[in-house]
Amino acid sequence: MSTTFSAGDIDRSKGDFFFPERNKYDAGYGLTESTIDYICDVKNDPDWVRDFRKRALKVFHDKPMPTHWATRDLENIRFDDIRYYLSDGQKPKRSWDDVPEDVKKTFERLGIPEQERKFLAGVEAQYDSEAAYSNIQKAVSDQGVIFVNSSEGLKEHEEIFRPWFGKVIPTGDNKFSALNSAAFSGGSFIYVPKGVKVKHPLQAYFRINSENFGQFERTLIIVDEGAEVMYMEGCTAPKFETSTLHSAVVELVAMKGAKLQYVTVQNWSSNVFNLVTKRGIAHEEAEVKWIDCNIGSRLTMKYPGVIMKGRKARGEVISIALANSGQHQDTGAKMIHAADETTSNIVSKSISIGEGRATYRGQVHIPRHLKNCKNNTECDALLINSSSRTDTYPAITVRGNQHATQHEASVSQVSAEQIFYMQQRGLSEGQAMSLSVNGFINDLVREFPMEYSVELKRLIDLEMEDSVG
Amino acid sequence: MSLAINNLHARTGQRDILKGLTLEVPSGEVHAIMGPNGSGKSTLAKVLAGHEDYEVTAGTATLDGADILAMEADERSRAGLFLAFQYPIEIPGVSNANFLRAALQARQPEGVELDAVAFYHKMYAKMDVLEMNRQFTSRSVNEGFSGGEKKRNEILQLMMLEPKFAVLDETDSGLDIDALKVVAQGVNAMRSPERGFLVITHYQRLLDYIQPDVVHVLMDGRIVKTGGPDLALKLEAQGYDWLKEEVLVTA
Repeated sequence: MSTTFSAGDIDRSKGDFFFPERNKYDAGYGLTESTIDYICDVKNDPDWVRDFRKRALKVFHDKPMPTHWATRDLENIRFDDIRYYLSDGQKPKRSWDDVPEDVKKTFERLGIPEQERKFLAGVEAQYDSEAAYSNIQKAVSDQGVIFVNSSEGLKEHEEIFRPWFGKVIPTGDNKFSALNSAAFSGGSFIYVPKGVKVKHPLQAYFRINSENFGQFERTLIIVDEGAEVMYMEGCTAPKFETSTLHSAVVELVAMKGAKLQYVTVQNWSSNVFNLVTKRGIAHEEAEVKWIDCNIGSRLTMKYPGVIMKGRKARGEVISIALANSGQHQDTGAKMIHAADETTSNIVSKSISIGEGRATYRGQVHIPRHLKNCKNNTECDALLINSSSRTDTYPAITVRGNQHATQHEASVSQVSAEQIFYMQQRGLSEGQAMSLSVNGFINDLVREFPMEYSVELKRLIDLEMEDSVG
Repeated sequence: MSLAINNLHARTGQRDILKGLTLEVPSGEVHAIMGPNGSGKSTLAKVLAGHEDYEVTAGTATLDGADILAMEADERSRAGLFLAFQYPIEIPGVSNANFLRAALQARQPEGVELDAVAFYHKMYAKMDVLEMNRQFTSRSVNEGFSGGEKKRNEILQLMMLEPKFAVLDETDSGLDIDALKVVAQGVNAMRSPERGFLVITHYQRLLDYIQPDVVHVLMDGRIVKTGGPDLALKLEAQGYDWLKEEVLVTA
């Protein structure tokens, strides 16, 4: 059966649609020890994972909300009104033909199978709590690359998975890493063997379909010595009456000389609390690069980090945030230098539209005993309307006198004269605004893979269209 | 076919600047507007283009009969009105080529994509006329351009957009004589029976290179004298004082 959607069917925010739930497994509302047991039983978790989850649950309950520095909007999350696990009980399929019709249609509308055919080495498509589809090109898996969901990773590849799981981001790192550690389901596990350079990106897509639901994917990527991979993730959710929670933990490990790029283009609906912890460890001469684009959500708190643990390791965060009315993008980066001659680079650009608020928080840490570390931080904010807001909180701690750090920040506004000039050339006010905004982030958009930069530009155009009368 | 302005009154803030300006530029003609500082020359350009800082309090302006004052600034542009700015605006991060493409795309019917190959061919040909280096296509619009480069870029846009009427606001300011010749060459290449020009200038110098059919003198928000090219020469030689006296006498 095939159904075509009429144009009127498709909302301008591409992800705003959902199908009726048909969950075989539903953990119910609220998070208690019995919820954890339910999840463990359904997932058939080994005992060590059950113990891990239960310890995490306690940490989650013990830790206060970080409202002493973060927004009080966090207090509006109703943890007892959220369902922590939903799935139809099916195993991820290797072929789209085997994926249930509604799920398949969902991902087709989001363009995932098409992208896979065009330029991806592997795809994992998660629908609520579990992966519905998972496939990797044979040529890539033949090289020993593992690309599965985390549940399969921890069972089938425990010897690689377990030594790193929860080591880059300990359970108690923050309240939401503890929450994820307790309730995690889905997410990717990737291992790239020594010297293997995966030519095309691996992609995961995280889709929320159900109301009053929390998605807690857990991703662990290990790139062995001299290996290289690019991983991309996208995410959407329909807009429900109530708010939705997304709280992921992503841990990256780049062994000696490895290169790992992690690209995110998120386009959450405007009622999602998106509270994500992302961090990578870069060993000697390794490189971890986060390319992060935050569009949508009610509140995003996300500060991708790199711990440069080996000599000459490099860390980079390229970040774009777009905050429209009713949205708060609280994003930034953490660069922890823990070895000599390590280099980090942060470039962050934010755009605030209407009543939107963008916050940059950056932490750079270079201790006294190290030599010849370098950090460069640039953060630029663009305000579209007079009611738009931006805040910058850089925390740079550099001790010792053998390091080089540089910090630049700017705030600018699209001027009426700029818009008039473009209008005089025939562009509508909305088009002129889009062009200005695209110009502002142009140098960063180039860092995204081509296919994603096109998508990014389209998303920004959509946001801007709405922002002018 | 003409750009017709009748009894136009405009103000900014509490200040009246245009006080009953009337003139008509038929297609195919080049009219110059000269006048002392503060007479309202640049205001006229901005009012015609639809700048929001200016309020039209009376009068009409039509382009081939269409009421441009009722249009948004971008509609006026697409209707065929072009303004070469006295101070062109910088747009960081937006390349010249992309900007021109977007402007031309905005003139395409819904769903019709601009032919990219033809676009580049045309742009390069026009840039050759203006002696512009190809690197200007990838540079951000006007960013870091010298005064002369900005003015050439205005004329490049004029040549690409092919408007029905072009208003040139002090295009000669900030140009050395060589650049002035090149810019004039571009404008002259665009003269045609289907196109009208309104050339606003403070100095007669520009009119040596872009020869007007008609010269108007603007003073205190009104056209006070209209004549042939010799009027510009007389103003250059004698200044505006004699005209001020004449106006006073007739008033």
